[in-house]
Amino acid sequence: MRDLRVALAQIRPRLGDSAHNLATHLEYADRAVKAGCNIVVFPEQSLTGYFLSDLVADVAVPRDDASLSPILDASRDIDIVFGFIERTADHRFVPAAACASGGRLLHVHQKVYLVTYGLFDEARDLAPGRQVRAFDTAHGRQAMLICEDLWHPTSAALAAADGADVIFGLSSSPGRGVGGGASELGSAETWHALNRLYAQMLVCYMVHVNRVGFEDGVNFWGGSEVVAPDGACLARAPDFEEALVIADLPDSRLRRQRTRLPLRRDENLELVSREFARIAAERRDGIQH
Amino acid sequence: MASNTETSLQGRARHGLRLDTALAEQILVRFIADAISKFDFTRAVVATSGGIDSALTCALAARALGPDNVLALMLPYRTSNPASRGDAETLAQALGVETQVIDVSQAVDGYLEELDDPTTPVRRGNVMARTRMIATYDQSEAFDALVVGTSNKTELLLGYGTLHGDMASAVNPIGDLYKTQVRQLAAALDLPASILEKPPSADLWQGQSDEDELGFTYEIADEVLYLLVDEWHTADEIAAGGYDADLVAEIRRRVQHTQFKRRPPVIAKLSDRTIDRDFRYPRDWGR
Repeated sequence: MRDLRVALAQIRPRLGDSAHNLATHLEYADRAVKAGCNIVVFPEQSLTGYFLSDLVADVAVPRDDASLSPILDASRDIDIVFGFIERTADHRFVPAAACASGGRLLHVHQKVYLVTYGLFDEARDLAPGRQVRAFDTAHGRQAMLICEDLWHPTSAALAAADGADVIFGLSSSPGRGVGGGASELGSAETWHALNRLYAQMLVCYMVHVNRVGFEDGVNFWGGSEVVAPDGACLARAPDFEEALVIADLPDSRLRRQRTRLPLRRDENLELVSREFARIAAERRDGIQH
Repeated sequence: MASNTETSLQGRARHGLRLDTALAEQILVRFIADAISKFDFTRAVVATSGGIDSALTCALAARALGPDNVLALMLPYRTSNPASRGDAETLAQALGVETQVIDVSQAVDGYLEELDDPTTPVRRGNVMARTRMIATYDQSEAFDALVVGTSNKTELLLGYGTLHGDMASAVNPIGDLYKTQVRQLAAALDLPASILEKPPSADLWQGQSDEDELGFTYEIADEVLYLLVDEWHTADEIAAGGYDADLVAEIRRRVQHTQFKRRPPVIAKLSDRTIDRDFRYPRDWGR
């Protein structure tokens, strides 16, 4: 990869107000450009807000919608990773992360794992994506995953196996768990553990951007961070507050850690894919393990 | 969240109920500021009884909005314990919030005198609670404020409150805190000792006590509710874990029988898109 300066845009989207949120994106992108960043990363559904319910139908847009063109224009100065609800040609609504670069959409990741339990109800309103792919950029090979995708370690493993040196995780993670004599939110503790685990074990940079603010009483805790392949937290945004946090991701740190710990080299993809294929076939045949 | 390594059910409940007060304060103060400002208000009214729930709510609102933007409304009835009023005034003074006292005796009695039948203590209590609601909402208009509610999670789950009375509010910061957690947070915020230490009472009639009326203590209720609600235990599991089976059954029954109090009025469905059933827009729509 090429050395990368990344800006984590920990914003508070307004629920169902894409025009307002678009303006926020342009303002943060401009600040990131001025700070010499190569890329600015926004949270999940950064254009729309999160707990949409029936608002999904109002805010969803095709990926080539004219309303996104200000972001494409701004992406001539800086790569922009953002979240929105995609309306597909056959009228499904899919939560998506897009990477705009050089005036066009370089890649779109559709959220693979919808979350429908506890306080979440995504599958009621949304359709899932079907692919996890890394993609090439001017700064190296990257991948985007969305929130619940990362609660399935296989998603991160696929992104890494496909060659991503940097994984961008876009989240709208609600803060919960203030009992049990905790010193940090339960949800925050889990995310910090996940980010560190993926960065170290997949030997890549992990960039996690979470939003802040409240929707219908639910808080989003922020705490966006960058974790290096050696597990060090390179930058962390404050909890609960809007922030633009900047971190440098040098290639040398990745090279040295892969030299120390050649886990990627040793990953046995043939074995993994064969065994997953066997298990999937047995499940199709009604065999449960 | 620190992992819960307690093995006994009681130990797990007590551990789980232990609140990170600094974190809870931070979230709730931000919540109040957000919930008030996103509807273009800057001020709050809190009906302040002198009890711990309204005292905590008032203290959180004062931190969120600034004391000048909080009106502590005191609404005594002629039988109210004078000590309650004193505690509310001590609190308001300590917080530096605005205060107003409106005696609701005439309003309550004026209605009750119109009735032919002798009313029960529960009916009179409900009339008082709903009269206070009228005063609170009226003063919220005068003060250009939203009503910040004071019902805690224990009361809400047990249905121990008056619908459209003390349960009425625009914004409730403490509705996800059990009573014993309210006490922890109130202590962390250094609320006056007289408020922290007195036995909980709705003060709707002389000598009323929450725990006498409920038939169990808040400590026990919170542990059982925490295990039922937060930990998804069955009533049988909780009883087997050392709690009185009849008590667990009674608490569970109360939660079920008062579910209607925690929901908006039920609407008969006729159309394809019925409010709150399949017309599902968030409260914070566009905000």
